[in-house]
Amino acid sequence: MQILKNRHVAGWLQAAPLTLVLAAFLVLPIATIVTVSFWQATEFSIIPAFSLENYRFLFGSSVTGRVFLATFRYAFLTWALTLAIGFTVAYYLAFHVRSQSWQIALFLLCTIPFWTSNIIRMISWIPFLGRNGIANQMLISWGVVDEPVEWLLYSDFSVILAFVHLYTLFMVVPIFNTMMRIDRSLVEAAYDNGASGWQTLIHVILPLCKPGIMIGTIFVVTLVMGDFITVRFMSGSQRANVGRLISNDISLLQYPSAAATAVVLLCTVLLTIAILLRFVDIRKEL
Amino acid sequence: MERRSTGFWLLTIFFGLFLLFLYGPTITIGILSFQGPGGGLTFPMQGASLHWFRDLFREQAVGDIWGAFRRSFALGLMVMVTTVIVSVMGGLAFRKRFAGSGILFYLIIASLVIPSILVSLGVGLIFNQFGLRVHWASSGFGSQLTWTLPFGLLIMFAVFNRFDKSYEEAARDQGASAWQTIRFVVLPIIAPSLIGVGLFGFTLSYDEFARTLLTAGSYNTLPLEIYGMTTNVTTPVIYALGTLTTAFSLLIIGAFLLAAWAGAKRRARLGSDAGKGV
Repeated sequence: MQILKNRHVAGWLQAAPLTLVLAAFLVLPIATIVTVSFWQATEFSIIPAFSLENYRFLFGSSVTGRVFLATFRYAFLTWALTLAIGFTVAYYLAFHVRSQSWQIALFLLCTIPFWTSNIIRMISWIPFLGRNGIANQMLISWGVVDEPVEWLLYSDFSVILAFVHLYTLFMVVPIFNTMMRIDRSLVEAAYDNGASGWQTLIHVILPLCKPGIMIGTIFVVTLVMGDFITVRFMSGSQRANVGRLISNDISLLQYPSAAATAVVLLCTVLLTIAILLRFVDIRKEL
Repeated sequence: MERRSTGFWLLTIFFGLFLLFLYGPTITIGILSFQGPGGGLTFPMQGASLHWFRDLFREQAVGDIWGAFRRSFALGLMVMVTTVIVSVMGGLAFRKRFAGSGILFYLIIASLVIPSILVSLGVGLIFNQFGLRVHWASSGFGSQLTWTLPFGLLIMFAVFNRFDKSYEEAARDQGASAWQTIRFVVLPIIAPSLIGVGLFGFTLSYDEFARTLLTAGSYNTLPLEIYGMTTNVTTPVIYALGTLTTAFSLLIIGAFLLAAWAGAKRRARLGSDAGKGV
């Protein structure tokens, strides 16, 4: 029994189920994708022979560059919007709502949609943005436009709108969390020294929120970069990102080609995260 | 009452608009699902009826949504129970640094940031290579765990970082064994946060799409079924389904929140008065 008291043994025993799940359903699948990305495929089967053909095709195609650029653009625009909205909402909740029960209630109201279906939340934009949707009806009745605006649905606009709709809470929660841990006397001190509300926000609160902003950024950027379903659904299959490139290959049973694109996407995402992690120590923030 | 600044009111309006943005679309399809039999996917309403809900209960009209619902519900429960148990054990493990704990930690973060389609594709490929049949209860179950476990573990890390170790020391000083300390001291103290872990486990599984896309096999889960409907159903029946699932999700969330609230009240009532100088 003495061996169980060893902290390394005890630690690994307790972490064993977790390790098994991650090994079987994360590490092994990624290793398989990397392996298959060097294989080849005919129309009917996969040929397990080493070849760089998939990568040569991927990097030789002009589509790849454009699609990656589109993916970065979606990620950047969504990031900027969710950050602006998420920060404002978190700031309101943390510093302007004074009663704790109101704070909890309003915070919950912001997080509840996270626990409901993304697909349905996407579908629910249709009656709003469609050609005869609420937005167009309103614009026409106000006299802003004479005929229905076409770019509301199935466009970059609707894709980014849906991203912001789905992922703003990933910004609100971590930023709110760091804001609640800010020592209120720092804010008092700023006011006492004559700082305006705006100056306090920019020079005191914003810098102290950096860890929350970074964690939110990691969530939003990785979710948008790895997405394929929002782009497909909200653009009516008229726009592409890397995720759609992969899912198209999958539906054509071109697994090696899908795997190669997946490897490149994975490297891009991990590189982005590695850069972001330089700005925040996640273990310290929990 | 003190006067609030203009800034406060501007922010309140902003927050109100944000909530409208968050809930408006869902409420809209909630209303439209009561569309009359002749009505379409957008306003105006052609009368009000339960027509589209009745359509859902007619088996042939929309495919096997009740089977899909049963599978999603069962899978959600499986993922929930597993997430709670594995997260608690993982949380306990990470209280002390052990050889390789740093790598395991980064693996958890990786599980959170790796695009879900990669998990789906990878697990699908493995099952394919080994000649196994993908099934929602095996490959689908495992794939979903890679999404729910990181959330469960992050909650457990946060809980154990705030955990007062002197309770455990007190138990040990009184002669409790390691297992007794966990069973009678640690678990009761962390129990309320387990409700939170369970909520994440169930709802994230119940709504998961990308990770189950290539791993569910021939029997669809509910989100897959709903997505299939979006490509070929052009009547408000899809809104009726959306409304029902959302209502079900809200019911589940409400039950979890109620349990957490009741637990907190019970603890406040039965709590010890130690240290309060009574």
